[in-house]
Amino acid sequence: MKPGPMKTSPWMLGLPLLLAIGAPFFVSSFTVTMLNYVYLNAIVVLGLVLLTGVLGLISFGQAAFVGVGAYATAWMTVSLGWSPWLSLIGAVLVTGILAAALGSITLRMGGHYLAIATLAWGISFYYLFGNLKGFGGFTGWGGIPAPSIGPWQLGSERAMYGLVLAWLVAAVWMGNNLLDSRVGRAMRALRAGAALPESFGVAVPHLKLTVFAAAAMMAAVSGWLYAHLQGYINPSPFGVTVSIEYLFMAVIGGAGQIAGALLGSALVTLTREWIQDLMTRFAGQAGNFETVIFGAVMLVALAQARRGLWPWFSRWLPVAPPPALPAAAPLEPVVRAPAPPDPALRQAVLEVRQARKVFGGLVAVDDLSFNVNGGEIVALIGPNGAGKSTMFNLISGLLPLSGGEVRFCAQRIDGLGSARIAALGISRSFQHVKIARGMSVLDNVALGSWLRTGTGFVRSALRLDRASEQAVKADALWQLQRVGLQDLAHARSDSLPLGKQRILEIARALAADPMLLMLDEPAAGLRALEKKALAELLVTLRASGLAILLVEHDMDFVMKLADRVVVMNFGQMLATGTPAKIRSDARVLEAYLGADD
Amino acid sequence: MDLQTAAFLLQDGFTIGAVYTLLAVALVMVFNVTRIIYVPQGEFVSYAALTLATLDAGRKPATALLLLAAGVLAFTMEMLSLWRDERWQARRCLVPAALYLLLPCVLALLAGYCALPSVPLMAKAAVSVGIVVALAPMVYRIAFKPIADASPLTLLVAAISVHFVLVGLSLQMFGPEGMRTPAFAGEAFKLGLFTVAPQLLWVAGIALVLIAALYLFFGFTLYGKALRASAVSRRGAHLVGISTDFAGTLTLTLAAAIGAVSGVLVGPITTMKFDSGFLLGLKGFVGAILGGLAAYPLAAAGALFVGVLEIFASYWASAYKEVIVFTLIVPILVWRSVVQPQADEEEDEQ
Repeated sequence: MKPGPMKTSPWMLGLPLLLAIGAPFFVSSFTVTMLNYVYLNAIVVLGLVLLTGVLGLISFGQAAFVGVGAYATAWMTVSLGWSPWLSLIGAVLVTGILAAALGSITLRMGGHYLAIATLAWGISFYYLFGNLKGFGGFTGWGGIPAPSIGPWQLGSERAMYGLVLAWLVAAVWMGNNLLDSRVGRAMRALRAGAALPESFGVAVPHLKLTVFAAAAMMAAVSGWLYAHLQGYINPSPFGVTVSIEYLFMAVIGGAGQIAGALLGSALVTLTREWIQDLMTRFAGQAGNFETVIFGAVMLVALAQARRGLWPWFSRWLPVAPPPALPAAAPLEPVVRAPAPPDPALRQAVLEVRQARKVFGGLVAVDDLSFNVNGGEIVALIGPNGAGKSTMFNLISGLLPLSGGEVRFCAQRIDGLGSARIAALGISRSFQHVKIARGMSVLDNVALGSWLRTGTGFVRSALRLDRASEQAVKADALWQLQRVGLQDLAHARSDSLPLGKQRILEIARALAADPMLLMLDEPAAGLRALEKKALAELLVTLRASGLAILLVEHDMDFVMKLADRVVVMNFGQMLATGTPAKIRSDARVLEAYLGADD
Repeated sequence: MDLQTAAFLLQDGFTIGAVYTLLAVALVMVFNVTRIIYVPQGEFVSYAALTLATLDAGRKPATALLLLAAGVLAFTMEMLSLWRDERWQARRCLVPAALYLLLPCVLALLAGYCALPSVPLMAKAAVSVGIVVALAPMVYRIAFKPIADASPLTLLVAAISVHFVLVGLSLQMFGPEGMRTPAFAGEAFKLGLFTVAPQLLWVAGIALVLIAALYLFFGFTLYGKALRASAVSRRGAHLVGISTDFAGTLTLTLAAAIGAVSGVLVGPITTMKFDSGFLLGLKGFVGAILGGLAAYPLAAAGALFVGVLEIFASYWASAYKEVIVFTLIVPILVWRSVVQPQADEEEDEQ
């Protein structure tokens, strides 16, 4: 079993931080300038790590956001005469609002559309900065005042160094907090496709937009620092090629890791400088050959470490022990309105009426109707291709219905979308296991309780979420105990064998405290003893009043467990009834075994 | 604006749009087969145009030297990887030797000959295209083959690296000055009310021929179908015996051919500088995206639209030309995303 996700121990940060704080006292002013650039880049790249590395959204517009921040503060301080501190708020807000507006139209598009849309307005901004009257044109805009703290004016590179470093440290801290939080779990789960986080109620478009705006605001902070550090701006550092370079730094460093952003921006910025220096010394002139060598070096680096250089570096760093686990304890049960029907009454929790799904000319689900009551296990069986998983996706809102309706606690839910359906109390597992790879088993389960705590983006970033995080972890551990995976809490989820991954999905679904649990082939890949344990768990859950809908191919398992069986064939209902009745149904036997002539 | 001007602008727009179309088609093709967002496509355009301009000026083009050097590097890398995988055999060296060593030598000699002023323009153009196209398999071998199965993001960054290398070399080889190649299309003539530049007919004709050829290639030939298969699934293609390396090499070579021909076509219309290719490629890319990065006819229509938009924008507000072109793209993208929502891609790399 592979160990859990590798985390470099936090005290390793101490030494570099001390060096960074002490640096301006004993290095040349040239080095201070270089370090300033490294830090400024790192702040932008940190945003990209969240956006590109974690969410997988490629943006070619980060330099433009830096530019918006820089031009906004120039305008506010030079033209309006505001204090730089006021303009910091102003610049960040302007950029955030702009990014939210652009994001709300461009994030609707899939991956490559977003890349091109950011590219398009990245170029637009560059030419806009250069052509707008009063913005200094392509020659630039000077006289941007240095910020001051009390009587001290931060007029020099060394003075600004402290401010830039402070912002970088803050950004690293917040980024780290974010990834290790409820929101961070949802962000990382998004890599496995939107269906996974949505099935636990995560509003994925909103999450994407928030991260997009946050990344843009980090870029704006970098732009603000840059403008006041230089006292002068022109459009060239905000062009598309610079955006490309930011992306470059993120990937070379190891997109997806905070430390990768620092490593990437340091490597790219310093390598470029070093090559330039070397070229000047040996070729006698700062020829443009530096771009060639730079590109070549990056190609070699990619070929050697295609996941970026940080994972490669971190192998030699000491690894932090996994965090101590809280005592297992369930979260408060979810109180839902409308209240679920009393399980003792055996009322229908789920009602499917004449459900129909057509893919092109193929009728995958053909006017299917059935109920699932509270405290009941209903099994949906049928030969491969009968439409069982499609039916699951119709109920959970992953696919829209072509006709008919689905009611949950008497309320119509078809057309609501999977995040809202999840919020009503339906949890599911997937036929093709969807787990957040690279995340620990515990974190995967914690994903399931998304809707049960409300800690948002800002609270997560500022680490005001520890109490609720403890409760969530305790609950996740409790769920793992229920399914018997507690010993694997720290293992990487994708290192589990497939059968255990399915059990992990069940624990995750239970973490949402659902009223209806939908399991797609939960017993596939399990050994006999594991199947027995699973059956016992399901029986306990049924006794607690949970409604369970099951797709399963293991007939022995189904027939022992289910209260009622619905048999599908070619999208239609073939038979329904108790297991005993289904066993003796001639049509079912024919569908499974062929006609008996 | 009178009708005459409008017709003139429209003509220019279609001409440049046809070039964007070619680039768009090439980008769609590369993306579909290899999952590479092929940023350096534009460089092949400027390389071809600038090589032709150098030959036209009676000088030997440095691209020939680059071709020799890249060939040696690609050959060495191929031999090393054969050696490391213990697959080294003399017969396995034949194709790489021909492709990476022999062909560059032949092309370099031809280039030397073509620098003579007596050689006709067409021959010079052919050799320029040849040099640039021969570079493509080497680019694949050196930059992309070692990471062919990496995520699209890694491939994109590799593509950006290649772009950096090629642009840097371009400056070194051709200098910072802009160049223009002579028109090879003869005098403008009157057609009814309008003056028609024959260059347009050339560009449009060649664009159509190329697109038709691609259509036939992908629709009706075994290699074309193999490329499409590896676009759908690299692993699946591999299992039925299609070499994905071969597919990648072939695609980049085709893309380079399209780029080089575009370069020769666009050379007389706009002044080419060492870095002009990037913006050209970018606009082709925008056109391709308008078409959804999937469908060739749509990509072509999108690129044509970008060309016309650009020409009209530069007539009305030339300083804001790029702003207008790239800003107007966004609403169209939104419209496209509403019409055809994209399924989000799962990234399964481990």
